[in-house]
Formats: sequence, structure tokens, C-alpha cells
Amino acid sequence: MMVVPLIIEGSQLPSGSMAGFDKRVQTYVQALDGLRDGMTVISGGFGLCGIPENLIDRIRLMGVKDLTVVSNNCGVDGFGLGRLLEGRQIKKMIASYVGENGLFEKQLLCGELEVELIPQGSLAEKIRAGGAGIPAFYTATGVGTLVAVGKEERMFKDRRYILEPSITADFAIVKGWKADWYGNVIYRNTAQNFNPLVATAGHITVVEVEEIVSPGELEPSSIHTPGIYVDRLIQGSFEKRIEKLTTRAS
Amino acid sequence: MALTRGEMAQRAARELRDGYYVNLGIGIPTLVANYIPKGIDVMLQSENGLLGMGPFPMPGAVDADMINAGKQTVTARVGASIFSSAESFAMIRGGHIDLTVLGAFEVDVEGNIASWMIPGKLIKGMGGAMDLVAGAENILVLMTHFSREGESKLLPRCSLPLTGAGCVRRILTDLAYLEIHDRSFVLMEHAPGVSVQEIIAKTSGRLSIPDRVHEMKFSR
Repeated sequence: MMVVPLIIEGSQLPSGSMAGFDKRVQTYVQALDGLRDGMTVISGGFGLCGIPENLIDRIRLMGVKDLTVVSNNCGVDGFGLGRLLEGRQIKKMIASYVGENGLFEKQLLCGELEVELIPQGSLAEKIRAGGAGIPAFYTATGVGTLVAVGKEERMFKDRRYILEPSITADFAIVKGWKADWYGNVIYRNTAQNFNPLVATAGHITVVEVEEIVSPGELEPSSIHTPGIYVDRLIQGSFEKRIEKLTTRAS
Repeated sequence: MALTRGEMAQRAARELRDGYYVNLGIGIPTLVANYIPKGIDVMLQSENGLLGMGPFPMPGAVDADMINAGKQTVTARVGASIFSSAESFAMIRGGHIDLTVLGAFEVDVEGNIASWMIPGKLIKGMGGAMDLVAGAENILVLMTHFSREGESKLLPRCSLPLTGAGCVRRILTDLAYLEIHDRSFVLMEHAPGVSVQEIIAKTSGRLSIPDRVHEMKFSR
């Protein structure tokens, strides 16, 4: 019987022959090349935790306009997706909670910005389904509320459900902790949140991480996002701003 | 006397059972964690992807990658797990959470709950509240009996946009603990020093008064 090694040792790497799988790009310009006005961008993060802050800053610098942005939240004034509001680059925001942002409120009230609010679990599942090729799914969340208006309703086992269409995007932007050259990604603590779902739902998925490690360094069974979902990978440095600092009395 | 926030949390904590997985909403529900009865172990779920939320970190051990759904820096306790938002809401929507405690603006005799939007005021979003009320079998609403404007929050029919329809069975206010049966609020317990008459006067939806209404007891 032939024994096939599960993990290729570093010395056995097919050196120079992994070009097709090497997801690394050298600059943030390359990382977001092809992003144009009017596109849909989906972003990972919860509050300011685990947001792709450098990719967002690059979009701010590019100045692309009329974006539809999908993200659980919209950053805060002056940080995260709040910076795209400063640049008046967001036409429509799809989110579950947008309460932390003064500029958001201002642009919404004067009609510059359109918003679609989606229950957080439905938002997560819409993104997951989008990445998994599922066009829509039934859920009990939102039945009998404003969320159900205009949506198909159906009974299963005496309970009402609404049909929620899935979400995909032209670009998905993701913040990871570590990744290898193949684009296999690991997230750290609750900075995981929406990131692994978002990674699956982009036509082009761009991941920025704190550290890119050599192939073979990450344990295959500990990978959160397999490299198949990742198109471009870049290493950045992160401010990791804290929204609400709470500590125990020392 | 109406219950203090701490007393409300203390009374709510008596609904906890050993081995429960519990989601606590923002506001008074969060305080329930401070009153977990001795000898009972519960695992707190935070919908951003943490099961087994621990206390706030020591000042020197703050981690920006470790927050709860209220965006506060927290810790993970022994036995905790961390996962994606999709996994987190699979737990919630799949009915795996034993008890959900959350606040509300209004509740009605149909078990409808309104907690996320006041027309005319800024709409911030429902976050995970609609998923929580749709997914949990066991929901405890924690709120004041009266609004700041002096209106009853226990109504024949909710006036505000709903968070969920027909999902609430139990309500704890600063005046009383009530259950919903047959399209009626049933007064189960009253706060110490609060008369049944006062509760009747402050409840706008249909209210049933059983023969015996217990007084809540608190160790001070």
C-alpha cells in the first residue's frame, strides 16, 4: 500500500511552480485594481473589530464613487467605512446597525445616501448563501415586520417564513490575522465575525492580514478560509481602534 | 417601590438554569450576568461570534480583537468558543439558545414585541434582535412598565414597528412579572410595595389577576 503524506514538508515544496496559487500582491494599488464607480463592495468586520482598514483607506484614496457597500456596520466618523462617507463615495449602504456615525445620519437625512437595513443573522446568511451559490433561502426572522414587506412568504410545518435573496459583490474586502501564500487564512478571536463569509462572496476577494507566512506553516485543519476563495493577499499594519474600551476595576 | 435596575436583573437571573446557553441584550439585560445564582453555571453568547463571554479584561490585558456584541472589550472564559457570524446566528436561528433576555419599547397581548425603531426618530437598525426573537423558544423581555412619557408599554396592540410577531410569553418590568396567556397579560408577581391596583392602572392591554399574586422577594 502506498502511503501518501498529508502535509508536504517545506523541503518538498514545488519551488517556483506555485505561481498560479501565489495570491500575494505587493501593493494596495494592485490589491484593489479594477474597482470602479458603481460597483458593490462587501466588507468584513463587526463595529471596528476585524475591519480591513487599509483596504478601506485605499478605496478612499482611489475616490471611486456610487458604491453599494455591504457591511454589518458603517464604521465611525473618521475611521473604517466612515472614511468612505467623508469622500461621499457610498450611494447605498446595506447593514444591520448603523448607529455610531454622525456623518451617516446627516447624509441619510439629506437624501445623499440610501440605506437598507437587514437583520444581522439574515445578513450573515445572505452572504454565506451568496458565496455558496444559493440564490435565496427561507427564514422566520422578520416575519410580520417591515423586513417582510414585498417578500414571498411560505408556510413550513405550520410556521411562516419569508424568502431572503442572497448577496454577492464585485469586490469582497477581508481582514485576517495570518495567511500563507496560497491565501489560506486564519482569523484571530472575535475579529473573525463576518470575514470568512465575506471572503466567499466576492467576484474578486481581497484579503489583508497582519502576517503572511510561508507555505506549510499553517495547520491545514485550522484554516478558517481556504485559499480557493482568495484572489489577492496583502500584508498590512493595523491601528485596530477600539470603539468601547471597558475594563475591570484593577 | 418600583424595582431598581439591579433588582430587575436579580429577578431575571432566577430564570437561569444550570447548563443554559444565554443571550443577554444591551441595557438592563446585560446586568443579569452580575446576579447568576451560586451553584449555577451558564454560558453567555454574544452574537458577534463568542460563546462563553467572560468579564471585562484587566486594564493591562485589553485586546482589540476581543469584543462583545455591544462592541465592548471583553474576555473569553474557560470553555468558550469563537466562530463566524453565520455560525453564531445558526445557533440563534436554529433554536439552540436556551434563554434570550432583551429590552423592548412595547409588548402586546398577542406576544408581539417592538424594540428597534421609533418612526420620526433616527433609525439605527435592528442588529440581531429580529433573529433573536424569531429563533428563541424562551424569551424574557425586561423593560420598565411605563415609558418616560408616562405611557403604558404593555398594550392591546403594539403601536411601533415590530421586531417580532407572536414570540413573547414572559415579561419582567420594574413593577411586575407577567406571562401572556390567551391574549391577556397574566399578573404572576408584583414588586415589593407595589399594589395590584397600581399595576392594573399602568397596564393598557388586557390584564388577568389570578387569585394569588406573589410578592417578589429580594435579599438586601
